[in-house]
Amino acid sequence: MAAIVEVQDLIKNYYMGDVTVNVLKGLDLSFEEGDFVSLMGPSGSGKSTLMNILGCLDRPTAGNYYLRDRDVAHMTDNQLSDVRSTYLGFIFQAYNLLPQYTVVENIELPLVYQGVPLDARTKDRCVALAEMVGLGTRLDHRPLQLSGGQQQRVAIARALVNDPQLILADEPTGNLDSRTSVEIMEMLTELNKAGKTIIMVTHENDIAAWSRRVVRLRDGMVESDIRNDKPLGFR
Amino acid sequence: MDIRDIPPVPPLAAATGFEGLNKVRRSFVLAIRSLWLHKLRAFLSVLGIIIGTSAVIALMAFGKGSMQDALEDIKRQGATNIVVRSVKPPDEGATASRSFVASYGLKVADLSRMGTFGGTISKMVPMRVFPTEVRYLDRMSNGRLVATTEDYAQVNKLTLSSGRFLNDEDNFRKLNHCVLGAGLADKLFPFEDPMGKSVVIQKQEYRVVGVLIDRMPTGGTGGSQSAEDYNNDVYISFDTAKVRVGSTVVIRTSGSRGGERVEVSQVTLTVDADFETSEGREKVRAVGNAIKGMLKEDHLREDWAVSVPLDRLEEAERAQARFTSLLVLIASISLFVGGIGIMNIMLATVTERTREIGIRRALGAKQRDIIIQFLVEAVVQTTVGGLAGLTFGVILVFGLPPLSRLFFETNLPAQLSWQPMALSVGVSVIVGVVFGLYPAWRAAKLDPIEALRHD
Ligand SMILES: Nc1ncnc2c1ncn2[C@@H]1O[C@H](COP(=O)(O)OP(=O)(O)OP(=O)(O)O)[C@@H](O)[C@H]1O
Ligand SMILES: [Mg+2]
Repeated sequence: MAAIVEVQDLIKNYYMGDVTVNVLKGLDLSFEEGDFVSLMGPSGSGKSTLMNILGCLDRPTAGNYYLRDRDVAHMTDNQLSDVRSTYLGFIFQAYNLLPQYTVVENIELPLVYQGVPLDARTKDRCVALAEMVGLGTRLDHRPLQLSGGQQQRVAIARALVNDPQLILADEPTGNLDSRTSVEIMEMLTELNKAGKTIIMVTHENDIAAWSRRVVRLRDGMVESDIRNDKPLGFR
Repeated sequence: MDIRDIPPVPPLAAATGFEGLNKVRRSFVLAIRSLWLHKLRAFLSVLGIIIGTSAVIALMAFGKGSMQDALEDIKRQGATNIVVRSVKPPDEGATASRSFVASYGLKVADLSRMGTFGGTISKMVPMRVFPTEVRYLDRMSNGRLVATTEDYAQVNKLTLSSGRFLNDEDNFRKLNHCVLGAGLADKLFPFEDPMGKSVVIQKQEYRVVGVLIDRMPTGGTGGSQSAEDYNNDVYISFDTAKVRVGSTVVIRTSGSRGGERVEVSQVTLTVDADFETSEGREKVRAVGNAIKGMLKEDHLREDWAVSVPLDRLEEAERAQARFTSLLVLIASISLFVGGIGIMNIMLATVTERTREIGIRRALGAKQRDIIIQFLVEAVVQTTVGGLAGLTFGVILVFGLPPLSRLFFETNLPAQLSWQPMALSVGVSVIVGVVFGLYPAWRAAKLDPIEALRHD
């Protein structure tokens, strides 16, 4: 399979006054299309920092990052915005829905910034996605009227609306109880089976057990990289 | 349901160049929605702009109204008239010549020289004024005896309620005919028709040939002529006065018997010019200056005064201009303060919605999109504020005059015009752009990651 993410000697430093914090110390990673990867590691090991770079929200201090052969490490802010709205889908730990928008309006937001006209077809797609994640009866609800699990499903629908090449999920079940977490993981597994590439950060082995590959970071370096032959959702 | 059954992403909008416009329209809806969410806050933050615009619109209307009023007043006096009056020289009363008859002022000879100004002067109305008592049977009233000619009625825009004004024949044949002012006619003839009756003025009998309608008093002319009430005037012909009254006005002052000899109290000249044009005004002024020059040469003392009502018009216009520039200053200050209020609230909004900004950026919003969003929100606020101010200002313009009539019994003339309205709403929009730009820029420059982490 072709690599969708190719990271070479990735370095990320933060400069705080005179102090330089080396967060990522030369990562070499390659993720294949259609894979389902868990990023693990102790707190402060640089998981979120890596996710931000992979998600084109941040640029590395040095090194290369190719997203499907696009050299995103050297793009301008505007170009990165286009990459995010067109090729990426985000799922956050804190759901990050816009409280003043309805479910459908939240789902269509990436398309707005992509420049897709908001017509009946767009609406159909958003409604279909909402139905797929089981919120067909809550289309006009606002996020605060939904439970955490429901909000995260809206976020999943939103992450899918632009038909992304890569889905990035930073602790998607971090705020959810174990039953709801399982529901969310089942949903992600379904998406992965349908061909979506997913990179997910998690602290919990139970959650990582759903993925096909587990990468552990420690102090900004890859500690281990293990393939999981029997992911939970595939048994 | 399977992801593969979901309808595909619709194709991108064909590049028409209007994508930006579309985003602006969306931001517009969003802005209205988020303002509606914080109605009270939005109202308070645009209060400065509401007050600023409404004050400007109301004050402009009242300023223009009073200007219009002054203009009407001047037109009533005759905007192309020049009034030359006899004035008692200041040194005269102080010297020892108390018991003598003081002789001063314009002479009939002056009048004929003014007459040589030719085509520029279309009318010349001389006037002599004596304070006098007027009697009819046993009724008596104080008034002014005004000796003048036929044109007086036209130059001063008099209207008769009955009869006719004096004419050339009255003058030529020195007939004892008179015309009564409305006030005098009321006092002497409360129950009867004065027409054809004889009134007694300084032992002479005059037959009433006409009565005037109520005449509005005029304001002072250039500070040199006090406001006058014409309703107690009685008019006789100029030449009749020469023979019947003589040229000496006897004024009793305490302790001495003195008199004043004045040949012509006043002459009103009408210049053949259009006061709406600057050439016309120049012409009126030139004639005024020529008359001043002539009188300066011919008279040893300053026993005359020339007043040009047009000067008052220009004075009113200058006052209006001063008022307007003051208003512009006040408006600028209040809109500036209003703009600061907007900036303040927008900065607070940006801080409050930092996380929202992070989310939007993560989902693909460009810095430009964020700028547009917050700029539109600021502009919507100030525009709504400007429109509210406009409405409030118009309410003031229509509401204050009746109130002022009711409680203070003063007239408050007002005239609305579209220019200040359009200007103040336009400026409100600009204030939104100017003062919204910095907060919007701050919002756009936020680091998406930090913004996302914000709570
Ligand atoms: N903006 C920043 N400035 C300075 N240091 C930073 C910044 N962001 C992250 N760091 C540092 O980088 C290191 C890695 O942070 P990161 O958020 O990637 O950890 P993480 O692996 O996601 O941890 P957790 O599991 O707790 O989420 C931390 O030591 C953190 O202090
Ligand atoms: Mg983290």
